[in-house]
Amino acid sequence: MMPGGWCCTKDGCIFMSRTDHPLGPLVDLGRERPQVPARARNMSPIVPRGSIVGSALVAVVAIMTFLASITTGTVLLVSASAAEWQSEVASEITIQVRPTPNRDVDRDATAVADAVRTQSGILEVRPFSREESAKLLEPWLGSGLSLDDLPVPRVLVARVQPGSTIDLETLRRRVTQAAPTASVDDHRAWIERMRSMTGATVVAGIGILMLVIVATIISVSFATRGAMASNRPIVEVLHFVGAGDRYIANRFLRHFLRLGLEGGVIGGGIAMLVFGFSESIANWFSGTPVGDQFAALLGTFSLRPSGYLILAVQAVVIAAITAWASRRTLFATLNDIE
Amino acid sequence: MVRFENVGLRYGLGPEILRDLSFAIPAHSFQFLTGPSGAGKTSLLRLLFLSLRPTRGLVNLFGNDVSLLSKDQVADLRKRIGIVLQDFRLLDHMTTYENVALPFRVMGREESSYRKEVIDLLKWVGLGERMDALPPVLSGGEKQRAAIARAVISRPLLLLADEPTGNVDPTLGRRLLRLFIELNKSGTAVVIATHDMTLMDQYDARRLVLHEGRLHIYE
Repeated sequence: MMPGGWCCTKDGCIFMSRTDHPLGPLVDLGRERPQVPARARNMSPIVPRGSIVGSALVAVVAIMTFLASITTGTVLLVSASAAEWQSEVASEITIQVRPTPNRDVDRDATAVADAVRTQSGILEVRPFSREESAKLLEPWLGSGLSLDDLPVPRVLVARVQPGSTIDLETLRRRVTQAAPTASVDDHRAWIERMRSMTGATVVAGIGILMLVIVATIISVSFATRGAMASNRPIVEVLHFVGAGDRYIANRFLRHFLRLGLEGGVIGGGIAMLVFGFSESIANWFSGTPVGDQFAALLGTFSLRPSGYLILAVQAVVIAAITAWASRRTLFATLNDIE
Repeated sequence: MVRFENVGLRYGLGPEILRDLSFAIPAHSFQFLTGPSGAGKTSLLRLLFLSLRPTRGLVNLFGNDVSLLSKDQVADLRKRIGIVLQDFRLLDHMTTYENVALPFRVMGREESSYRKEVIDLLKWVGLGERMDALPPVLSGGEKQRAAIARAVISRPLLLLADEPTGNVDPTLGRRLLRLFIELNKSGTAVVIATHDMTLMDQYDARRLVLHEGRLHIYE
């Protein structure tokens, strides 16, 4: 590039300011037209906002973000509920004393309770009374049950000191010595099943998130290609005046980042509102079998503040993925345009 | 400044449309590129502008072997070249002023640093009162002048013009030629592709004549 401005040459300053050139301006139309102040404006964006049809892309990103947020929120709810159940169940040990002929089951239950209390790491032992046992069986056998007529085992619940490890073998030996028909259940199998269920839910959630992200990337790539095709003349002119691919891509990228953020905010915002109002929504269904099942599984359906933070971060991540996918497609497309 | 050695060009698997081109364009030179329609003038201009790569031969531009250039380096070299195309290629959503100022904007210069230059040039080419107009409302001649102004605003070392007088009347054609001559005097090498013999007869300059894919030079 030549140094200096257009007005100067090696022969001195000429040319550009030469409206007073001896030959006059190249084409003098000024005197024939109404004079308007020579305003120098540079406000038009190089890639006009209206040239990128963004409403469809915003809708796609909003829907994807909404689905991703609902998935993540549900996974968070299930994980939190499962962790709560696990900690509750893991802090208890259940002992059953089965009745047999020639033995007094109440006496056996008392002996077992005494034996369990001597075990280190046990905070409290609570034998279920006959009435409590009857209440536990009510859903299956109905009310007004007389346990004298049935060989119903007596149940004892021992609370374990948090963080301590119980020597189950010793406990089982002591319990069996106190009552040969007694058995100890530390709920390990149930916890394992719970863990598997939670793990499966998280894996399914991650799977759905991956699908949503892939669908978002594909949608954004198509939208970007469409935008580039309709703006090809602009890209070509920018190439003519010496713009590099990075410069051109950045002009388009701003639009796609804005569209991605719009979609992310709309989708993520609606999902947050859904979770925010979920308690009210759940109340509409309370008393119905489905509502009660959900309440038993997920509690109140409401997310913790950290959950909302995760959803907000996720919306930003989806907007960033939109920008990244767009950038990748932009550079790939620019390679094909000379 | 520009050197071609045994350059050939073909599109895809088609016949070679430019064959064994060997010539140089010195700095500060002025030449017409001519030949019948379809002779390959536009293709040769595209080779000079680096929007096409030769299928064989060596093209050296500003001391660079173009076959070794990256895309970023090509973009940098293009900042030293101005090009005027037959179809103007103005951006319809930008005013005449913004179109002409585009090369400066791409260079990252502040608007205040080039405002006077752009306004002066627009006045000089007779578009002083049309600088806020959008290209769709400009006449063919006005578009042509705006395209030329955009090509020369950054004082390129090499100016390529493809039929720059094809859309204007003879009087305006003469005035545009005067613009190119003045630009050449200020240090820019000029290549004007045209088949307008009247235009070429107005200025005694080197002629590069393309015929059947081969180049004949008349100094």
